[in-house]
Amino acid sequence: MTRSGAWKSVMNVLMFSLTGLCTLFTIGTLLFILGYLVSHGASALNWAFFTKLPVPVGEIGGGMANAIVGSAKVLLLATLIGVPIGFLGGVYLNEYAGAAAAFVIRYATDLLNGVPSIVIGIVVYTLVVHPMGHFSTVSGGVALGIMMIPIAVRSTEEFLHAVPNSLREAATALGASKWKTIVTVVVPAAITGIITGTMLDLARVAGETAPLLFTALNNQFWSAGWSHPTATLPVMIFAYAIAPYDDWHRQAWAAGFVLLMFVLAINITARFILSRASYAPRGMV
Amino acid sequence: MDPSSGDLAKAVDARTPLPGNHSPADTPGGIGSDQMKVQTMKLKASNVNFFYGGFHALHEINLQFSANKITALIGPSGCGKSTFLRSLNRLHETIRGARLEGTIVLDNENILAMNASALRRRVGMVFQRPNPFPKSIFDNIAYGPEINGMGNHQHVAELVEQSLIRAALWEEVKDKLHQSAYGLSGGQQQRLCIARALAVNPEVLLLDEPCSALDPIGTAKIEELLFTLKDQCTIVIVTHNMQQAARVADYTGFFLMGKLIEFDDTKKIYTTPGKKETEDYITGRFG
Ligand SMILES: Nc1ncnc2c1ncn2[C@@H]1O[C@H](COP(=O)(O)OP(=O)(O)OP(=O)(O)O)[C@@H](O)[C@H]1O
Ligand SMILES: [Mg+2]
Repeated sequence: MTRSGAWKSVMNVLMFSLTGLCTLFTIGTLLFILGYLVSHGASALNWAFFTKLPVPVGEIGGGMANAIVGSAKVLLLATLIGVPIGFLGGVYLNEYAGAAAAFVIRYATDLLNGVPSIVIGIVVYTLVVHPMGHFSTVSGGVALGIMMIPIAVRSTEEFLHAVPNSLREAATALGASKWKTIVTVVVPAAITGIITGTMLDLARVAGETAPLLFTALNNQFWSAGWSHPTATLPVMIFAYAIAPYDDWHRQAWAAGFVLLMFVLAINITARFILSRASYAPRGMV
Repeated sequence: MDPSSGDLAKAVDARTPLPGNHSPADTPGGIGSDQMKVQTMKLKASNVNFFYGGFHALHEINLQFSANKITALIGPSGCGKSTFLRSLNRLHETIRGARLEGTIVLDNENILAMNASALRRRVGMVFQRPNPFPKSIFDNIAYGPEINGMGNHQHVAELVEQSLIRAALWEEVKDKLHQSAYGLSGGQQQRLCIARALAVNPEVLLLDEPCSALDPIGTAKIEELLFTLKDQCTIVIVTHNMQQAARVADYTGFFLMGKLIEFDDTKKIYTTPGKKETEDYITGRFG
């Protein structure tokens, strides 16, 4: 073997090992987090966690029923705000926007997506919480809803883009107007993908904490309603994890575990739905 | 040059029946120069120029389509056949920067002044690749009647059956109407697309290389189908396949680089073409 040949084979082995190691590290990190959460969280989990309210400091036990319901309400509202806006924006972007407009919209959504979530929290605090006079479930939903918009726009665009133009032409040639073509052919052809994208989007904001600190705040009791503060799982994790009580730490782990399971379940369901899409055009799944 | 020109009498004399062509035009007394004069022109393009942005794709096209006849458009790739075909139902309007000049008249009515949806209902189209919707076979055919508000469910169901029968697909799919159209073979899908176009009872049917993705059997079925359809509509077919044009078409137009070089009776084009370019193309010297 020549010198340069030897050098090449050394480099080959080196690159192979280095890239392989980094890949292992990536997978290992995920497995470590999963394992750690399961070992600390699952053991701390009990039925009371899902059914009971938090107990006052000093008492042992209780649960986070109010935070689970609170998270559900905030996420529901976020979906109701973020998904329609994101979906319609995505339809506009893919079906109507010219090249220049599309560039601007994509750029703007990417920037919005990059806005730190805490900044969105401050903005919603100023625009919703402050005028309302107090922290509220609604404002939490608004904050997470805004955070859902950019991904909803882009994933809608992506799945609409995957619908072959030949389907649009077929509908147009049968006398369908543009909006009718979109409503009756294009969106139905892409709907499985769009729903999947929405689910992943929801999973992504489910763990957001910072914007909720300014908006939904927290609550040791059942929330008094949509215009009142509510507990949510991420904020409860934050509050309980930094408190100096072992039993609260245990509950924080349990909450983290529940949140993780929720996000994983959504992810897995979404991918399952996408792989089973029977009516997606060829090559789309 | 339109089919009513005096040259046609000569062309008809030169006709020799081609195998497989059983069009009524071949029967004695089908087309004579006298009948030609009374033959109605369904669709008439005059001085059509077409631009994709700054690119001049069609130059001064003058072409007429006789009612209940099959007209083939042939020519090398990129010569503007599809562009011309798509301007006949104004499908080009979906392309940004595309612009049509000139007039196209359907039954004495300028199509450029018509409502686009109404026009497209009357001038149906079948594309190069089968493009069924990701819906059931039934819903594919029912789509046109439904969006055009052509009656209640009962009536739409009848239209679906009729159209599938007309497209010679009924026997093959009648037991699986509610299964996905993607389960059909390529040839069946293309007949489904023809049935879908027929469901709104178009007066003109445009076909853009409808057989290019099909095998010989699928191709033969579609060609047979075209003969049966011409009683009911005027057919314009773009094809790369010279034999196909010879087999199915009553008239043939030859395009080259955005210009209509020659238009005449198919037999004339194939036996005694009037232009050198046509002859070169047909004998395979280019394209
Ligand atoms: N959307 C478009 N934008 C710009 N130019 C186009 C567009 N579509 C077609 N053209 C151009 O117009 C000319 C005619 O194209 P057209 O598709 O009509 O050709 P054709 O005869 O149908 O070819 P083929 O036999 O390959 O289908 C070509 O030069 C093509 O590059
Ligand atoms: Mg073409």
